[in-house]
Amino acid sequence: MTKLNEKKTEGTGFIFQMESFLDKYKLPVCIAGAALLLAVPAFGFSQYLMRIFIMIGIYSILGMGLNILTGYTGLVSLGHAGFFAIGAYTSSLLMLRLNVPFLAAMICAACLTGAVGLLLGLPSLRLSGSYLTIVTLGFGEIVKMIIVNWDAVTNGTLGLKNIPKPAFFGVSMTLANNGLYYTMLIMVFLVAVASMAIIRSNTGRAFQAIKEDEMAATMMGIRTMRYKVLAFVISAFITGIAGAFYATLVGFIDANSFTFDVSTLIISVVIVGGMGTMRGMFLGAALLIAFPEVSRSLMEYRFVVYGLLLVVMMRFRPQGLLGWKSQMPYKLSKRAKALLAGKNEPAQTANG
Amino acid sequence: MAFLEVKGITKVFGGLVAVDNVTFHVDRGEIVSIIGPNGAGKTTVFNMLTGVYEIDQGEIIFDGKPIHNHAPQEIVKAGISRTFQNIRLFPNLRVIENVLVGTHIHTKYNFFSSLFRTPRFQEEEAQLTVKAIEILESIGLGDQVNNYARNLPYGDQRKIEIARAIATDARIILLDEPAAGMNPQESEELLRFIRELRDKGYTIILIEHDMSVVMNISDRIYVIDHGKQIAEGLPAEIASNEQVIEAYLGGVKKDA
Repeated sequence: MTKLNEKKTEGTGFIFQMESFLDKYKLPVCIAGAALLLAVPAFGFSQYLMRIFIMIGIYSILGMGLNILTGYTGLVSLGHAGFFAIGAYTSSLLMLRLNVPFLAAMICAACLTGAVGLLLGLPSLRLSGSYLTIVTLGFGEIVKMIIVNWDAVTNGTLGLKNIPKPAFFGVSMTLANNGLYYTMLIMVFLVAVASMAIIRSNTGRAFQAIKEDEMAATMMGIRTMRYKVLAFVISAFITGIAGAFYATLVGFIDANSFTFDVSTLIISVVIVGGMGTMRGMFLGAALLIAFPEVSRSLMEYRFVVYGLLLVVMMRFRPQGLLGWKSQMPYKLSKRAKALLAGKNEPAQTANG
Repeated sequence: MAFLEVKGITKVFGGLVAVDNVTFHVDRGEIVSIIGPNGAGKTTVFNMLTGVYEIDQGEIIFDGKPIHNHAPQEIVKAGISRTFQNIRLFPNLRVIENVLVGTHIHTKYNFFSSLFRTPRFQEEEAQLTVKAIEILESIGLGDQVNNYARNLPYGDQRKIEIARAIATDARIILLDEPAAGMNPQESEELLRFIRELRDKGYTIILIEHDMSVVMNISDRIYVIDHGKQIAEGLPAEIASNEQVIEAYLGGVKKDA
């Protein structure tokens, strides 16, 4: 049993080398990465660039939200712009109309979005595959229509303007003082940690089992219906957080901020980065948000190139750029290692 | 009273009576086989036992309690688990994760304790991990813990399916053609493995085509043909039963 971690995982290839390198130098790599991210504002980038960085952060959160549903549970949603919009509108309205502070508004928005996720999740009890996807697509459009037509609350086509920036301890977080950037970092960090915690648990295993083989999951006693709805709720909750933050970043939202294009962009982040991986979400968001900006010189052709790149990627790397399966041994918790060692010891002394 | 009592279960698909009034019982610690030609309704019986199909008539009583027409999840929780005729592992999950999914049903910590990594979560999760590793080691797959299920050879995948069933703390394990596609050496090993399971206290119900497996291992055999039960008894009795021979070989008497 003690040899467990030395025993074979198949790889000796590049991915294995890289993963074992990262595993070996985990602490320095993390510190260097964190230091770099924290130091970004010190490089004196323009507000335009800082805004793009924050957008990358927001789309990373969106990617992680959709990833729980699509990457891990295998339910494809093309309506996440709807959740994004509900999060953005709820938090903005709370801030504008009731002067609720940002943090409280964001939490309320995320909870409401999660509740709507529960409602949308219920059809998933009966539908599967493409049928469910069509329902989510319809959901996205319905949300947009409600925003346009419910003038009394959403201000209709005029949208909501002058959405306040978050303020902590009386200090307003803006692009200029980099407060928004640091808020983004904290939120991305928290969402990433929470997602990892969910994935590496009973719940996460149930999600993945449903994706792999729903019938077998049922026969292992997993209440698949309940877990599918739970995946919807978690995914919507995270998307709601992103929505609330997005609204305060841009300061103005209307129905056109949450079109079908946004839904496809979110799912592209998940697919390009690598479904069912955390690392992929960051790369996916970075590439897909940065590309239209760096390719401005291509003028109107840039979205042709953008589309072409996606097609080429789907042809040659359908699992996503970072979509490999870890070749490192299964991570045992310290507690599990201690238990294993404890059980092993008497046996060894008996042998010796 | 028997451990598992199946009384006159019937399943009708449209006009087709797939399983017609089948009755059998299984005692604690037995290996009971259900055999029959292709399409006889054996897997349908399994699907009825595990709650995949509702039964149209009859009763299934497990450990004194009726379990027919309960949800599959409740039946697993009660202590009946199964494997599948076509292997249904979670191919892209690791071997240990496959077995951990089996422990799902008896996991007590809730969603929030996993989110906040409470001591309770850590303790229970560690125990589950150790349990999964122990199950895998007990079936000789201790060195494959980290591997992905899809990378394993066929025979090992079958074993993981059984390991996953054991992990649910099942008391009865239903094996649906475990020797299908195995070479003689592999099925010999499987036989030994199934006997070991029985010796550990599991009760086993087996669907099998491979006669050498069935005759060697079964305590009792039930034979089904066209949904109807045509014979029951000890392996030796079944081997010489004319109705059974007829069902398998098709009208021996007439030719002879």
